[in-house]
Amino acid sequence: MKRKLPNITSKLPSILTICLILVIWQGVSMAGIIPSFMLPAPVTVGKAFIGDFPLLMEHTKVTVLEAFLGLGAGIVIGFFCAVLMDHFDSVYKALYPIIVITQTIPTVAIAPLLVLWLGYEMAPKIVLIILVTFFPITIGLLEGFRSADPDTIRLLRSMGATRTQIFFHIKLPSSMNQFFSSLRISVSYSIVGAVISEWLGGFSGLGVYMTRVKSAFAFDRMFAVIFLISAVSLVLMWLVEILQKKCMPWENVK
Amino acid sequence: MAELITKHITKQFDNRTIIKDISIELHDQEIVSLLGVSGSGKTTLFNIISGLLKPEEGQVLLNGTDITGQAGMISYMLQKDLLLPYRTIEDNVSLPLIIKGTKKKAARKMVRPYFEEFGLSGTEKKYPSQLSGGMRQRAALLRTYMFSNEIALLDEPFSALDTITKSAIHRWYLDVMEEIKLSTLFITHDIDEAILLSDRIYLLTGSPGQVTDEIIIKEPKPRRKDFNLTSQFLEYKKTIIEKLENTR
Repeated sequence: MKRKLPNITSKLPSILTICLILVIWQGVSMAGIIPSFMLPAPVTVGKAFIGDFPLLMEHTKVTVLEAFLGLGAGIVIGFFCAVLMDHFDSVYKALYPIIVITQTIPTVAIAPLLVLWLGYEMAPKIVLIILVTFFPITIGLLEGFRSADPDTIRLLRSMGATRTQIFFHIKLPSSMNQFFSSLRISVSYSIVGAVISEWLGGFSGLGVYMTRVKSAFAFDRMFAVIFLISAVSLVLMWLVEILQKKCMPWENVK
Repeated sequence: MAELITKHITKQFDNRTIIKDISIELHDQEIVSLLGVSGSGKTTLFNIISGLLKPEEGQVLLNGTDITGQAGMISYMLQKDLLLPYRTIEDNVSLPLIIKGTKKKAARKMVRPYFEEFGLSGTEKKYPSQLSGGMRQRAALLRTYMFSNEIALLDEPFSALDTITKSAIHRWYLDVMEEIKLSTLFITHDIDEAILLSDRIYLLTGSPGQVTDEIIIKEPKPRRKDFNLTSQFLEYKKTIIEKLENTR
């Protein structure tokens, strides 16, 4: 409970900065320094957001669903990769370069290929999200497993613990911090990944909405959807934080 | 009955002999110290007794059975408490039981009665970070005891504590040992600690480390509170220091 207060004050500077930027932006638009068709004023964007709200929510549902399915699968795959790579050094040596290579392929290049192979429905989106999310999860968990204290592992071994017991009693809990840091990154990647793949081919979702408003030159609605995507990512990251606090109660004790 | 014997233990690393021909005995309910300077191979011997290392020669016998190189027979406690930060004290203490296959709830029930005896009442649901250094070492000792109520191997368990906490915990330790009758092998470089707590002291000296002397502390137990200020205590200390100097 006591921690809540400093949290608000620590966020105050950033909130003020954002407000200031919005005010300046509104002022610049109203003074006519930048024409409104190039940069719509925040108030116009807000109006567009309210006007399109039901439609935006329809598309958000699709995007969030894709992100969740992709992220869920990404976590499962990342977990198994990390466990195998931690357990067998040969698997580590075999998989690590491949995993790194998957991260060097530009998302925008692979997304159309996935559409070509898997169609315009959800499948290519989910595969793309898996590709962008499992990497941080794998690496985070792997580093977490390896950060486990060797003396503690030795102590458990001296108690006769098996490798599985050492994994569940030491390695897995030791990796929780890194896992949640990675999860925060992966959550935002999953939304961005979903939007990009929708942008490059699909029937619904925020990315599809973006392509439509772009071709209609409706930049107020374009900005509205950009803000919405940021907001969705922020909410999800915040949910991860809450989940982390629930899962790691020992971090919050005083 | 608990009895730990090592017979002629020799260990080498890269053709360098670390310890040579170590034969020591720990009898039932005895507190025995292995006193040695740094580099005398204390930790190596410790790892051999706990089964984490295999010696080139010699045997470790627990109650007459050869347990050389077998982990899971004798538990130990280190200077670092090694409590799991993400587990409550009660679950930390239950860990050895859980590893042996006891269910979590049953293990908790089994450890609870000991909290009072170890001066840990009220800490059951706390996390290690909420406890002082001295309390954490008590919890670590209780965990060691839950692993085996016969023999414990303690490697400089109190050396990270400050002087005042340390003397308090020494007194506490002797009190607890009166109650729980745990045979203990202490590994230490602290001469005062060794005299204060032990029934017997082995001196481990030289390179490779060898047992060069055995000193029996005749002071009866429970020991006087001011034993460490008596002339007998200083006499023991003098003897030990002289012997350590002579073997250099």
